[in-house]
Amino acid sequence: MTTDHQLSAQGLGLGYGDRTVVTDLDLVVPPGRVTAIVGANACGKSTLLRSMARLLSPREGRVVLDGEDLHRLPTKQVARTLGLLPQAPVAPEGIAVGDLVGRGRQPHQRMFARWSAEDDTAVAAALEATGTTELADRCVDELSGGQRQRVWIAMALAQQTDLLLLDEPTTYLDVAHQVEVLDLLLDLNAAHGTTIVMVLHDLNLAARYADHLIAMADGRVSAAGDPGEVLTAETVRAVFGLECHVLPDPTSGRPMILPLGRHRASAPVPVGVA
Amino acid sequence: MSAVPVPQVAARVAQVAAGRRGRARRRRSVTGVLLLVVVALFATSLMVGQTFYGPGEVWRVLIGEPVPGASFTVGELRLPRATLGLLTGLAFGLGGVTFQTLLRNPLASPDVIGISSGASAAAVVAIVVFGLRDGAVSLVAVAVALATAAVIYGLSYRHGVAGTRLILIGIGIAAMLNSVVSYVIVRAAQWDLPMAMQWLNGSLNNATWSDVVPLLAALVLAGGVLLLLGRALDTLRLGDDTASALGIAVERSRLLLIGTAVVLIAFGTAATGPIAFVAFLAGPIAARVVGPGGSLQVPAALMGATLVLAADLVGQFLFDTRYPAGVITGVLGAPYLIYLLIRTNRAGGSL
Repeated sequence: MTTDHQLSAQGLGLGYGDRTVVTDLDLVVPPGRVTAIVGANACGKSTLLRSMARLLSPREGRVVLDGEDLHRLPTKQVARTLGLLPQAPVAPEGIAVGDLVGRGRQPHQRMFARWSAEDDTAVAAALEATGTTELADRCVDELSGGQRQRVWIAMALAQQTDLLLLDEPTTYLDVAHQVEVLDLLLDLNAAHGTTIVMVLHDLNLAARYADHLIAMADGRVSAAGDPGEVLTAETVRAVFGLECHVLPDPTSGRPMILPLGRHRASAPVPVGVA
Repeated sequence: MSAVPVPQVAARVAQVAAGRRGRARRRRSVTGVLLLVVVALFATSLMVGQTFYGPGEVWRVLIGEPVPGASFTVGELRLPRATLGLLTGLAFGLGGVTFQTLLRNPLASPDVIGISSGASAAAVVAIVVFGLRDGAVSLVAVAVALATAAVIYGLSYRHGVAGTRLILIGIGIAAMLNSVVSYVIVRAAQWDLPMAMQWLNGSLNNATWSDVVPLLAALVLAGGVLLLLGRALDTLRLGDDTASALGIAVERSRLLLIGTAVVLIAFGTAATGPIAFVAFLAGPIAARVVGPGGSLQVPAALMGATLVLAADLVGQFLFDTRYPAGVITGVLGAPYLIYLLIRTNRAGGSL
């Protein structure tokens, strides 16, 4: 797989009905890297991701994929380059895991073509990569939240796209499963050079796992770059309106935030903290 | 991801492929059994009646040999009736499951949300008020059914179509259109009544080849289009966003699927009247029988044909009085509707 697909937004304006969500937004997704988009609720991060996945047409500006306007490319062609895991995907009642993951092959199949050996290989590889091979014959309804999320990621993997967009892939998961899903995404990035763009709620996990961090506020990019540079107390204040300490994560050396609320702030601040 | 030895990879691919093939084989064999049931019911419909004719005699009539008595009874009376039952069943089953799958709700069947009522009302008005017959009635029914669908779709459209809103609006529209049917029938002339009554309770009585031909054409064309769009329909079950990410042109596919299914339902309704709840029952029963994982189009169509043919046999011969097929399916369908409403209320249902 190649890693040189270029995805960017130029002067992007987005909205629903008469509500404007994103205005005049520019960003470049670094190819072959893991990008996390963070921001307060309703700052437009999911809307931005939907637009980059061709689900929402821009009002102004454009999303550019490899030099072409994404919203003018045929759906099926886009689906072979760019995969999306939406925030709340729907599994048909009673579908088997193997069949659900097989749906990811849709953009590669012709109208009348039968299921090919290549499809079987892609599905098996996707199940293997997400550790869900043993679940293949189980019914999706029976799975736990963490297993189900891995199955959805497997479906996106079976699509074999070089770009993968994920809208809050860790929501509704406990902390162990959150880490498991993010580890899995980094594995993919390392093994295939898949470009990953994800919207994340948890700032600390975003800083830990992303190569490139985009902080959004009020429909604009407020800061973008290396997590170490982006995630400062000033950025958190500007983006979330929250006071916090920023410490180096003892494991990864990446920045880690400790929010300061109005309560339980009497303990002395440890030495060496700004 | 750790490197896995090659033979092990091959074994896993084989294991996954075997699972998929096993599920597909099960669906195919159950669908095959359904097909046999339909063929058996069709054959029974030809053999049974006031006079019983054996399979041999029926076969000779079918291949065109003159058989005293049977040529008329089987060839002229029972064959059009059974054929019409078969075709409307297929049309209602396929059209119904398309709606239910598309809107991810078993209540969203065309006979619950007013599409069939639109076709009925149009046909009654065409017959009673304007004195139209046969083909003209079908065309008016199709046009009004499409318009009804457009009105329901338009009224329920806000940032996309939500299943529940569409169903509620559809039930309201159905009530309005059913009152139109009642009003027109109350005011109808005596000699129009038998024909118009068919629009209250669908039945296969007085089936003729002129009913069969337009329906057959619609089934071949519209049914073909629906089967071609089967993969898109199946992918849309994953939600609009996922379907779009998988390369389906969501809005275009949905409009095409709905429009085509409406045409199919309208032609079916124009041929026999609204045979109650067949479109509504066929999909969910097929899902229980075949297993809900794969495409339900063909199983639901066969289940529709099974319901109509069986209901017609039961209605004709099981009781002292002859009942139209629509009465029998109505008796079956109403309790299921109540069950579904209770279950949906508790769980939030899908097919």
